[in-house]
Amino acid sequence: MQTIQEIDHVTQAEPMRLTALLVTCHMTRVLTVSALVYCHFIVQTSSPTALKLTEVCSSMAHTGTHSQPVRSCLLLVVVSVCVQQVHGVWPLPQQLHQSADRGCLSPQRFSFTYGRDSAAQTGCSVLDAAFKRYFSIIFPDFTKGSENRLQYVWSEPQPFVVSVSVKTGGCDGYPDEDSDESYNLSVSEGQAVLRSVTVWGALRGLESFSQLVYQDDYGSYFINKTEIVDFPRFAFRGLLLDTSRHYLPLHAILKTLDAMAYSKFNVFHWHIVDDPSFPYQSRTFPDLSNKGAFHPFTHIYTQSDVMRVIEHARMRGIRVVPEFDSPGHTQSWGKGQPGLLTPCYKGGVPSGSFGPVDPTIDTTYKFMESLLKEVKFVFPDSYVHLGGDEVSFACWQSNPNVRKFMEKMGFGKDFTKLESFYMESIMNMTAALNRTSIVWQDVFDYHERIPQDTVLEIWKGEKYQAELSRMTQAGHRVLLSAPWYINHISYGQDWRNSYAVQPQNFSGTEEQKKLVIGGEVAMWGEYVDATNLTPRLWPRACAAAERLWSNEEKTLNADLAFPRLEEFRCELLRRGIQAEPLFVGHCKHEYDGL
Amino acid sequence: MAMYCLLKLAPLFLAVAVCNGWLFGDFVGKQKEQDEISLWPLPQKFQSSAVAFKLSPASFQIVHAKQSSAGPSCGLLENAFRRYFEYIFGDLKKPEKSRKKVYDSDLVELQVWVTSADPKCDDFPSLQTDESYELSIDEPSAVLKAANVWGALRGLETFSQLVYEDYYGVNNINKTDISDFPRFAHRGILLDSSRHFLPLKVILANLEAMAMNKFNVFHWHIVDDQSFPYMSRTFPELSQKGAYHPFTHVYTPSDVKMVIEFARMRGIRVIPEFDTPGHTESWGNGQLDLLTPCYSGSSPSGTFGPVNPILNSSYDFMTQFFKEISTVFPDAYIHLGGDEVDFRCWESNPDIQKFMAQQGFGTDYSKLESFYIQRLLDIVAATKKGYMVWQEVFDNGVKLKDDTVVEVWMGNKMEEELQNVTRAGFTTILSAPWYLDYISYGQDWQHYYKVEPLSFPGTDAQKKLVIGGEACLWGEYVDATNLTPRLWPRASAVAERLWSDKSVTDVGNAYNRLVQHRCRMVKRGIPAEPLFVGHCRQEYKGL
Repeated sequence: MQTIQEIDHVTQAEPMRLTALLVTCHMTRVLTVSALVYCHFIVQTSSPTALKLTEVCSSMAHTGTHSQPVRSCLLLVVVSVCVQQVHGVWPLPQQLHQSADRGCLSPQRFSFTYGRDSAAQTGCSVLDAAFKRYFSIIFPDFTKGSENRLQYVWSEPQPFVVSVSVKTGGCDGYPDEDSDESYNLSVSEGQAVLRSVTVWGALRGLESFSQLVYQDDYGSYFINKTEIVDFPRFAFRGLLLDTSRHYLPLHAILKTLDAMAYSKFNVFHWHIVDDPSFPYQSRTFPDLSNKGAFHPFTHIYTQSDVMRVIEHARMRGIRVVPEFDSPGHTQSWGKGQPGLLTPCYKGGVPSGSFGPVDPTIDTTYKFMESLLKEVKFVFPDSYVHLGGDEVSFACWQSNPNVRKFMEKMGFGKDFTKLESFYMESIMNMTAALNRTSIVWQDVFDYHERIPQDTVLEIWKGEKYQAELSRMTQAGHRVLLSAPWYINHISYGQDWRNSYAVQPQNFSGTEEQKKLVIGGEVAMWGEYVDATNLTPRLWPRACAAAERLWSNEEKTLNADLAFPRLEEFRCELLRRGIQAEPLFVGHCKHEYDGL
Repeated sequence: MAMYCLLKLAPLFLAVAVCNGWLFGDFVGKQKEQDEISLWPLPQKFQSSAVAFKLSPASFQIVHAKQSSAGPSCGLLENAFRRYFEYIFGDLKKPEKSRKKVYDSDLVELQVWVTSADPKCDDFPSLQTDESYELSIDEPSAVLKAANVWGALRGLETFSQLVYEDYYGVNNINKTDISDFPRFAHRGILLDSSRHFLPLKVILANLEAMAMNKFNVFHWHIVDDQSFPYMSRTFPELSQKGAYHPFTHVYTPSDVKMVIEFARMRGIRVIPEFDTPGHTESWGNGQLDLLTPCYSGSSPSGTFGPVNPILNSSYDFMTQFFKEISTVFPDAYIHLGGDEVDFRCWESNPDIQKFMAQQGFGTDYSKLESFYIQRLLDIVAATKKGYMVWQEVFDNGVKLKDDTVVEVWMGNKMEEELQNVTRAGFTTILSAPWYLDYISYGQDWQHYYKVEPLSFPGTDAQKKLVIGGEACLWGEYVDATNLTPRLWPRASAVAERLWSDKSVTDVGNAYNRLVQHRCRMVKRGIPAEPLFVGHCRQEYKGL
């Protein structure tokens, strides 16, 4: 046991520029048992802009006496270490400076603390929980009990303190559209200082910090000297799950929230009900799920389930925006709420089937008002998604009462006016409840009057740029999800398509571009349930996550992003997220489930 | 917004989904009806009545029939009895199950009657295996009759699929008579453990799922360019240097043994593929001089091409290597690959050029490939194994042994190829239409289902030479994280095409059964993905 196996390695600010590495290990001074290694590497690239990096590891020599200097060249080993050495951050921070200097982290002597000047201190629910969570993420072996003991023979553990300071408290609040998620992170010898305005910013910083830590082949943990200044490009970075077409068990949702936090998503758009089923258990209208869910007990979300989702999300700085889509997409509502849907007619008599919500009767609006009141009570976010998409007019057309109403209102034969009438009513209702409405683009496409603060969401794939122009010209805030319908699968690396999207690349003024508040990845549920949700989402959703968070100019090249994303997907696996592979290859720690 | 792409397929399946999913909870009778028709793959002859018998875990048993040639010493069947008992009744060790009210069983036992003198308990299944069985369900005993244990396994699977739970949690089975046999003898799944390493438990779970679908061949594409996870006793450096990781990403001899035995227990053959001379990059790491050095100009470029076909050492290596393979894998066949050989490296190498001239091959490198393959086939033939090859080997005119199985994988001119191969008198299997690694949005299982393997023009004798097919899940984009839901239930479509009668082609009927069958797989712990909107009574819990 005389040779010390610890090998230092090389870091690059831009590792991808390096096409080939020539590594020469100049001199390794091997110290006896309780001492450490001095290592001096010179790295040269064969790329045109030959870049030289010199790394001198700081000595952490203990009491031992120096033995003979040993010349050795460990080309193979070093190169393989370099390969795993991408340790980038996903999504890419706005500013990131990494140095080759690195320090060792030891779980025994690692701690998170609150800075003296921090507005949040011990007792801050969000950060206390985050410290606990990130400790296990940073030291995955520690809790699994397979700690590599050897490192304690060779190195005296050094203390490392992550000091977190936030300007404002708000530990018990919810993230919202104005939450400041910016943070600064400075990692130096023995410590890291994380500063942010809010606890939500601190969460983003902790996530970045956790991604900076890496393990060498002997299980030791390291972090390089790093400076990060970071903030999101868009305030709204959402992910849609559809729990109506297939029921998603609670743990599938919670796991998705975990993975969202790893990619810095901050909105969970919960498309909770739709035609096929109504799994939301309403306190006001329990029959909706009793009769409209796939099963009234096993396939529902109880109030406490919903609460758990909201709290799990809050802890990760994620907003929960529920969608109660109407007047279309409501077949399942009708079972538990007789009289809500329009009866369709065939040859002058009711056919027994039902269409969209009946917009001609008062009871509909009373019902919607009660439901929205409940939604406001249950979901703390200031946004509610009201849907409003894909309303089929055939049933309305067939119904004599609806036709009479059209006449009375002077709508002629234009059923979009009827739809408009309905949407306007419920948007006003929502505004009266102090909530901001989000609606699908159909509502804008077909209707003249929309309350100005309504957020419009684009979902139709064709010509979404033109739609962005029109909507922002009309002064509306816009969310883009059309290019990110990742339930549509295809062979190969389709994450590159998501990555190539440029949300502000449309004709319009600077003011217009600012109205694009973000975007959403949509995972509709026709072909997705708990069996395949996670690998279908991850890492494909990560592409949009980076587009929505990072600087576009620094992240347009998918080839440069590839190795970082590959690394990140292995990190997701390490964290227990069943993320599928991008291409051939392997992870050191493969997924060990089924 | 989600529906918008679906309008084309929507009407039929929406209607189906409505029946299956939404009304499910309301109509107990309906549920029963659906379960009855949820056999997958559909048996050849099937007669069922509305008379239902209760099955109680407390009193129902699966036993050897008195007349059976198999008895308690038949480990394979004993194991299968337990497995199917648990499939039917759930794991009785779980407390909530044991609390279940005990009721009398109408059906007291399933007698398994193996009729031939040798039940083949300790054998391995083969291409010639008789998998037929007869199943008769009536009070007080059901009888499953099969010539050997392999047919009995298929019948046990069918029996387990006939049992359904009513709304009081009681297991029922209807009075039924089934006489069943496979349409094709070779019904395979290809998994690729080179492009991504597949942990052992993923392979075992898929063998489990294969048995649920009556697949009988695991085509193990075990090594390829990217990695060499097979740990060879003779050449340990192949995996030490060619695997993604020499300890965590390898199949040890005992892993391989376990796969083979696990498969045997389910009547599944394991056919390993060691693909040469192309697709061998990873071999070169642990076996110096095996691969052809490529040249750039007049000097070696440092990269390597296919196996070097001009060195005797290559053939010496292959002789020793396949000697090992022939003892490790008991099946009568080895898949030798032979596909997609890139000639550029050979072309660049001056020694190869010289050899080509010597042999009079001119510049036709397919002749060199054939030269290699010919010698390889002789080497393998000497181990007394039969071989399978990809279609190029046949296309290039290599002289093949009579019992060679040619695998047709190229999508274009598939029918022409089948015609040519069978005209030349070779047996063939079809995988071209069943490359399940190619994914697309929607219900692509229907495309796989609609394939008719014998639709090519040819004589009856030619058609008989098509002995089956394989669903292939190549590994470029697949590993343990997504393999199982990507394979199932899409491969089930292939399973029915290869087992059931040619006339079983009704996609609507298949949809109804397959929805149930996928829920059954989910219930048994296989994360089979959904076909369309709807739900299973027991959703997947293994996340």
